[in-house]
Amino acid sequence: MNDILEILMNDARTSADEIAKMTRKKVVDVKKAIKKYEEDGTIVQYKAIVNPEMVKEGRAPVRALIEVSILPQKDVGFDNVAERIYSFSEVKSCYLVSGSYDLLLIVEGENIQTVAEFVSSKLSPMENVRQTTTHFLLKKYKEDGKMFKVVSRPKRLNITY
Amino acid sequence: MEISKVVEELPPSGIRAFFDLVLGMKDVVSLGVGEPDFVTPWNIREKAIYSLEQGYTSYTSNKGMAELRQEIVRFLKWRFGITYDFDKEVLITVGVSEGLDLAVRTILNPGEKLMVPRPCYVSYGPLALLAGGTPVYIETDVKEGFKLTPEKILKAYVPGTRAIIINYPCNPTGTSYNKKELLALAKVIKKLDLLVLSDEVYDELTYDFNHTPFVTLPDMKERTIYFNGFSKAYAMTGFRLAWAAGPEKLIAGMTKIHQYTMLCAPITSQIAAIEALKNGAQDVQAMKKEYLRRRNFIVSALNEMGLTCHMPQGAFYAFPSIKKTGMSSMDFAKDLLEKEKVALVPGTAFSAHGESFVRISYASSFENLREAVIRIKRYLKNKKK
Repeated sequence: MNDILEILMNDARTSADEIAKMTRKKVVDVKKAIKKYEEDGTIVQYKAIVNPEMVKEGRAPVRALIEVSILPQKDVGFDNVAERIYSFSEVKSCYLVSGSYDLLLIVEGENIQTVAEFVSSKLSPMENVRQTTTHFLLKKYKEDGKMFKVVSRPKRLNITY
Repeated sequence: MEISKVVEELPPSGIRAFFDLVLGMKDVVSLGVGEPDFVTPWNIREKAIYSLEQGYTSYTSNKGMAELRQEIVRFLKWRFGITYDFDKEVLITVGVSEGLDLAVRTILNPGEKLMVPRPCYVSYGPLALLAGGTPVYIETDVKEGFKLTPEKILKAYVPGTRAIIINYPCNPTGTSYNKKELLALAKVIKKLDLLVLSDEVYDELTYDFNHTPFVTLPDMKERTIYFNGFSKAYAMTGFRLAWAAGPEKLIAGMTKIHQYTMLCAPITSQIAAIEALKNGAQDVQAMKKEYLRRRNFIVSALNEMGLTCHMPQGAFYAFPSIKKTGMSSMDFAKDLLEKEKVALVPGTAFSAHGESFVRISYASSFENLREAVIRIKRYLKNKKK
């Protein structure tokens, strides 16, 4: 993958100046490239990965993985049905997958009832949706390569040959 | 109480006191560490844990487990096209440090000499002294990117010199050599009939060209002991595991000393190393990519601050000049530590000619490097006032 994108995907707060140094490019070229990525939709959004267990105030939303089996449609395959599903704001992620079902959704709601309500009143009754299986997420261990457990790593000595 | 004269007179040094100062201080941003900041990849650790659960806690053959030696031979064949007999030409050691010690003791008779290019890793000279020999130091020059040259070898040569240690990529300068430069060195080494102890423990961290093992050069395999280990490439420093490969007679001599002094390398580490060789390549590449970015960042930042720094081709060290501060490298290191809590190693630790240089290790998280750069910048700015 492109160096600039890889660095930003790992730490979106890396400055253009730092990226320029890391990749031996000119700062102005890095800035230009980032701007282009932002404009053409390569870079969609910058956001933080939050460990819900550490959020003190308010209650973290409930998330569920939902397996959805659908009937593909002539000419457009799964895309149209998928679009009807992922357009709901409750659907945070939507993937077409191989295997025993077709779409894998990550759905978010205030509590279990909200998510259950979404499934029973919006998702399941949809035309072409044959079957759904809902798995509520109980605990996050790792996301996007980051582990949530605070590991107290044995420290290296501060100075060695 | 008296101790042996040789040990009594071994360096160091004032450096020890500085190290103690650093180790006693809290909240230090450290650029002083000579080991990876990555933890050993999980598959390797998992294999070691499993072996303990299965009760693999015994001695192994003096030479090291046959499976590991076979795996090393297979790896060298695959990676560089080098062939070794796993039974006669390979020895598993406790770090390259042990391997070098064995080799120097195997080669040198009392009074014989070992050529040591500097700045270099701190143990090379003392190993010659401990073996009853004498180190002959060759001082490399920043103007030549701290590279050893055929001319320097010829100039330093004195009768009674048996061998030369070369280390590339180099700790502390990060200097490495392309094939053409190595061929020139090999030519003069052959002419002077020297043995070569080639410490290539940083070989996987070569950034600007492909690493060429010294034994792949014409006529060099029969006069070279090839050292490498698992510490740097696989972030396994604490496992203390390495290997030496070379001519049967030399390896047999080294094995003799090894069986009396070390018996064998720890079995847990040997089992972990097999896993590293079999399934470690992907992690090595990922770490290398990260080091390369950090190198580019830190070298660029140092030069921007006026601490001129040549571009190191490998390892994870930068070796900038601090001449413009007008301070000695020890005073600079101490003052920076006191005022900004940034730790680095004075160049004098690696050679008297390392004066005006410091070793900066970029085996540190990017956040750390970022913070260190801010602090050094501030230090230099305040100093100007």
